Amino acid sequence: MANAVSVPATKEMRMQEALREALRSEMARDERVFVMGEDVGLFGGAYGVTKGFVQEFGEQRVLDTPISESAIVGLAVGSAINGMRPVVEIQFADLLPLAMDQLASHGARYHYMTGGRVNVPMVIRTKFATRAGGGPSHSSCNHGAFIHFPGLKIAMPTTPADAKGMMLSAIRDPNPVLFFESHYLYGVRGPVPDGDYTVPIGKAVVRRPGKDLTIVTCGGMVLKADAAAEQLQAKGIDIEIVDLRSLAPLDKETILTSVAKTKRALVLDEGPLIGGLSAELAALIQENLFSDLKGPVVRIAAQPIPPPHSPPLVDAMIPDVDQVVDAVMRMAEGGKLS
Amino acid sequence: MLDTAKRKAMLRQMVLLRAFEEKLEELYQRKAMFGSTHSYRGQEAIAVGVCSALQSSDLIASYHRGTGHLIAKGADLYTLLCECMGRAEGYSKGRGGKMHMGDMAFGFIGNTGTVGGTVPTATGAALSAKVRGSKEVVISFFGDGAANQGVVHEAMNMAGLWKLPVIYVCENNQYAMTVSLEKSTAVKQYSVRGAAYGFEGKTIDGNDVEAVYEETARAAAKGRSGDGPTFLECMTYRWDGHFGGDPGTAYRTKEEIESWKQKCPIKRLKEKLIAEGHLSESEFQKTSDEVYADLAAIAERAEAAPLPKKEVDLTSIYAPLEVSHG
Repeated sequence: MANAVSVPATKEMRMQEALREALRSEMARDERVFVMGEDVGLFGGAYGVTKGFVQEFGEQRVLDTPISESAIVGLAVGSAINGMRPVVEIQFADLLPLAMDQLASHGARYHYMTGGRVNVPMVIRTKFATRAGGGPSHSSCNHGAFIHFPGLKIAMPTTPADAKGMMLSAIRDPNPVLFFESHYLYGVRGPVPDGDYTVPIGKAVVRRPGKDLTIVTCGGMVLKADAAAEQLQAKGIDIEIVDLRSLAPLDKETILTSVAKTKRALVLDEGPLIGGLSAELAALIQENLFSDLKGPVVRIAAQPIPPPHSPPLVDAMIPDVDQVVDAVMRMAEGGKLS
Repeated sequence: MLDTAKRKAMLRQMVLLRAFEEKLEELYQRKAMFGSTHSYRGQEAIAVGVCSALQSSDLIASYHRGTGHLIAKGADLYTLLCECMGRAEGYSKGRGGKMHMGDMAFGFIGNTGTVGGTVPTATGAALSAKVRGSKEVVISFFGDGAANQGVVHEAMNMAGLWKLPVIYVCENNQYAMTVSLEKSTAVKQYSVRGAAYGFEGKTIDGNDVEAVYEETARAAAKGRSGDGPTFLECMTYRWDGHFGGDPGTAYRTKEEIESWKQKCPIKRLKEKLIAEGHLSESEFQKTSDEVYADLAAIAERAEAAPLPKKEVDLTSIYAPLEVSHG
């Protein structure tokens, strides 16, 4: 058709499929890329992301490993330094602490400590989310702990499109990227652009525009923020949602631009309240916009307990939609909003 | 040597362990329990053989496939089932689920879902036993998958160095989740690693409950007398998948699974006792029926027990100061 604007074609898919598409195309494009981890080969990964890879790319590029998280990450660091582009799967975020030294004290630091002579272009994929039945060793939201380690980039895509676009960017990044995939978002379907579609690491997005109050959030909590915003819309409160997408580097500009406009901010995080991401965001906003704010920044995050097993205990621990609605209503007290 | 009564008790115990896993599978299928199962079917001789050879003051540390170890060490079935179903009366008050428990009242140090995570814990308990001169022996149960975790090696070196009273019971079911031994491990048998840490390593038939008992008794006597750790590699096979919902056939052949079912540890002891004239088929059936019926009644009671309240108790994070940790 003449004069048609070229809109990239999209396909509907779930996040796992989007991740698979990104990994697969990048492995086909760049022979330095390989995947490594527990059960990623024959079994196709604990969540099916690398399904079919061993048949397509062979065992040399799809490595089933022993259960040895520390060495898996350590070997990824070394192979990245020596010319490869490893993409590692750690089945649960709870298991990242097993590899903490190799990841945080080695991988994250090589570039800086060598004066830029040694780079570590690797991706560590992991699943997270607190959910019933996971319990203390299989359902941690420990992403906040990793913002303490300069040198690590941290991605947390929310949509299938972002999952693809950010995975491609992560693999091509010359730095270690820790890639958090939410249990709650794996099954959510969405349109994913065809072809070489990238989304930069370090760039947040306004997921829902609004004028009265900004909710800054990430991961599975974006869905809860959106559900709360729907309810609040009916009460005449217009919510803007900033989806961080990357925790490091943090996109301060998008966060501060939004809050400068709405003048009220609620920070919503699935990780524990104490000493984590929500504290960092609240401090950032207050340091920069104190005199513009119409009230204190409010934080809603997980209760500071280990993730429990039984459903009522999990429900009591993690933020829910009603909590967000109630908090916003309290912030709106006196009819000052809108 | 094992007398007939002891062997019959071990047979009954193995039937109970199997019945328990089948009950969990049923609860899992109808979503009455939360989280996954990790079936112990096929491996019963190890938990029963090891724990039957212990004194009540001895300790065990377990892992994700741990329900069999706990029952064999003396866990209360109602409290255990409550925990599997996230009930308030469970061992962990519903906080841990079946992968995260611990109760020193019956010598159970704990289990977690972090593969290999309790191996240093067990080793530390053995350090305590040695320092206090308590004569306790500690069992560290772990799978072949855990054997490749770094911390397992670090702990074993220290155990060998300090001659600690710990027995490393490696339940080699030949698959680390879905990855086979030959694809994960540079040596054919893990037991050779004992030599690397200065203590005895031995590979035994993990489906022979009597052999497991004898080897554990020997290793425990050795540990008690100050002669250090033992690495017991028990060869076995899990009949089911790694977790509930995994048929276990994507990475194993049906023929292989079937061939190991023929080596069933329960069938083996049962047939031996029958051949010796100590047991009849009908007596076995009666025992088995009793075990299944009793368990069904307990499970029904546990399922009717209340869930915890939807509340966060921040005082549950730290042990209160007035309670001693010993």
